[in-house]
Amino acid sequence: MQRIGVFVCWCGTNIAATVDVKAVAEALGKEPGVVFATDYQYMCSQAGQDMIRDAIQEHNLGGVVICSCSPRMHETTFRKTAEKAGLNPYMVEIANIREQCSWIHKDMPTATEKAIILGRAAIAKVHLNAPLTAGESPVTKRALVIGGGIAGIQTALDIADAGFPVDIVEKKPTIGGKMTQIDKTFPTLDCAACILTPKMVEAAQNENIRIFSYSEVDSVKGFVGNFHATIRRKARYVKEDVCTGCGLCTEKCPQKKVPNEFNLGLDNRRAIYIPFAQAVPKVATIDPNYCTMLKSGKCGVCAKVCTAGAIDYKQKDELIEEDYGAIVVATGFNPIKLDHYDEYAYSQSPDVVTSLEFERLMNAAGPTAGTLLRPSDGEHPHTLVFVQCVGSRETRDCGKPYCSKICCMYTAKHAMLCREKYPDTEVYVFYIDVRTPGKNFDEFYRRAVEEYGVHYIKGMVGKVVPENGKLKVQASDLLSNEQIHIDADMVILAAAIEPDESARSIATMLTASMDTNDFFTEAHPKLRPVESPTAGIFLSGVCQGPKDIPETVAQAGAAASKVIGLLAKDHLMCNPCVAEANELMCNGCSSCEKVCPYGAITYSDKEFPGPNRTRVLRRVASVNPAVCQGCGACTVACPSGAMDLKGFSTSQIMAEVDAICK
Amino acid sequence: MQVNNEFKPTIVAFCCNWCSYAGADLSGTNRLNYPANVKIIRVPCSCRVNPMFILRAFQRGADGVIICGCHPGDCHYTTGNYYARRRMTLLFSMLDYLGIEKGRTRVEWVSAAEGAKFAATMNEFVETVTKLGENKRLEDLRCKN
Repeated sequence: MQRIGVFVCWCGTNIAATVDVKAVAEALGKEPGVVFATDYQYMCSQAGQDMIRDAIQEHNLGGVVICSCSPRMHETTFRKTAEKAGLNPYMVEIANIREQCSWIHKDMPTATEKAIILGRAAIAKVHLNAPLTAGESPVTKRALVIGGGIAGIQTALDIADAGFPVDIVEKKPTIGGKMTQIDKTFPTLDCAACILTPKMVEAAQNENIRIFSYSEVDSVKGFVGNFHATIRRKARYVKEDVCTGCGLCTEKCPQKKVPNEFNLGLDNRRAIYIPFAQAVPKVATIDPNYCTMLKSGKCGVCAKVCTAGAIDYKQKDELIEEDYGAIVVATGFNPIKLDHYDEYAYSQSPDVVTSLEFERLMNAAGPTAGTLLRPSDGEHPHTLVFVQCVGSRETRDCGKPYCSKICCMYTAKHAMLCREKYPDTEVYVFYIDVRTPGKNFDEFYRRAVEEYGVHYIKGMVGKVVPENGKLKVQASDLLSNEQIHIDADMVILAAAIEPDESARSIATMLTASMDTNDFFTEAHPKLRPVESPTAGIFLSGVCQGPKDIPETVAQAGAAASKVIGLLAKDHLMCNPCVAEANELMCNGCSSCEKVCPYGAITYSDKEFPGPNRTRVLRRVASVNPAVCQGCGACTVACPSGAMDLKGFSTSQIMAEVDAICK
Repeated sequence: MQVNNEFKPTIVAFCCNWCSYAGADLSGTNRLNYPANVKIIRVPCSCRVNPMFILRAFQRGADGVIICGCHPGDCHYTTGNYYARRRMTLLFSMLDYLGIEKGRTRVEWVSAAEGAKFAATMNEFVETVTKLGENKRLEDLRCKN
């Protein structure tokens, strides 16, 4: 029997307010094997840890039970403390009496009773703990960045700067992401392209960065330090290394009626296209859905005009296999579809546009060369109505419950730019709240109101009706409690943003968790904001939650520094809580091998003592501890009970069950 | 059987480390109440839950057992929750045959972000088991002191 020490933490008043910590320590002190039990205000503090260390040495403890917060919080802390005192770190068990007891129960006797039972279960388990030693696994010193927007580019640049090779996988024909479509950025009103395109070029020229544009990640296997990814380079029917990007083919292609996604369908492009002038890589791509040559075999104009001979109609998707040590998710966002918001007449009138479409209409490289014109008749608009929170902070099913964060600021920007460029316009902004937390944000918003004379009206637009070439806007002013009618020329909707549609399948592929809105979950909302709970997966940009460009760049840098920290290591400590086969009980049936998701189980013939002093050869399973991730599927599949999981052994869990049901 | 209003069932909840245990932590962080009868055992994955553990719990006097894992497709170990689902479907129908009502056993998917769902699930489960009353069917009275 182990000599066990029990340490009950007050966590200030977090635990002590609802759990009688002294009573818990006293009750647990009477459990079999417990030779020392105490309580302290903050066990995780230096003084608390010293107390644990001293007690281990003084009482020659063989096992430690800490009744405190969740093991997800401080298990590692207390394991390190035990290690410093000379105890194997895996002889520490945590009873979660904060998140799963004191914080959910209000009644002290009930909470105390439950805390004692949870403590008992931990004591019962620690009796059966065995010292474990972590093995090591090598680290592949290369990172994969999924998504080539500003988040992905910044992460890749920072990792590459530290000397590690990085691959960017971008599903579109060019990197750059949403920022390429933006005209100016708030609150400085500097040109988005002027600050982004040099970064795109820098990424392309950096010898440590490889860009796989028009590519997708097909599959990812493995674990931290040892991922194996398959990247699908979609056929663009143009040889990337031969195309010079002269653009002649995009002028001569006879298929002219393809909606241009870069301008959100506000104008058309050809079937062979370069998304925009500063695209990286600047290579043409054939859209197989529209190319007549690919569809019917008749045309071939682009191949005829291409002097470099880059066109290849027979190109096939190419699969690339590569090993990575770390993966960064930077999949970004999209504005939501506005099908469910027909009260704003988005589908009925071309003059009702989303903010991103408005961004293109104001952009010098956009469909109107930067002159603001009504999409319906090309006339100059005089009255513009901006509607905020379209789909954000929405309790209906079709909307998003969260604040999209960027809309207040870009609407102020649009309104300001509009008034600056066209002083003859009247600009109205309907809002629920104006949210401007950020450096120089509120000053910016106030400038829009005070200097540029933008009419901000607190209230929501009820309906937009297209009538006689105008948009009749019906709204209510919540402050004066009046109904307002405005005959507008254009209505601009600040659509909520949502994670890119590929995020869900990528999360499944990486086994990284997501929240209910499909944003990636971070390992800790405050202390580990750029790491996914899955080791080796990092988060950058809006895929983790709505944020603006400076925040995205900051997070991208943070993700990069975490990746660099990982790649700088030659070896990683493996999780020692892995499966182990008892060779004497194993009969080599292969049940475990079939359920193992990692292929960690192999079989070999081994000699065992047989009857009458003979030796017999038997096929037995063995687990590769560097590959096993410790899920425990095999332990249940094994019909003879030969497979067990260290740290979560059958006897340990049974002991916990017994302690709880006692 | 006489329904005792004071009856407080013993509930064992097996929670996977990556989703449901974190979900349970989140319901604590958000101070969402659920009855103290629920005691959680942390397992790496729902597929670590051996049917034996559930039988053992009922043998030792548990009134209900719930297994929580990641949502299908979101398992940290890719496929673990599928194994758990199959195994438990089989086991629960066998337990039903033995007279342990289906209401006493449950598999539920709770993600790390679903603190509210965890608390709601536990409240509902405790209510169901309380209505079913004490479980005597598999209990081995020799195990009680």
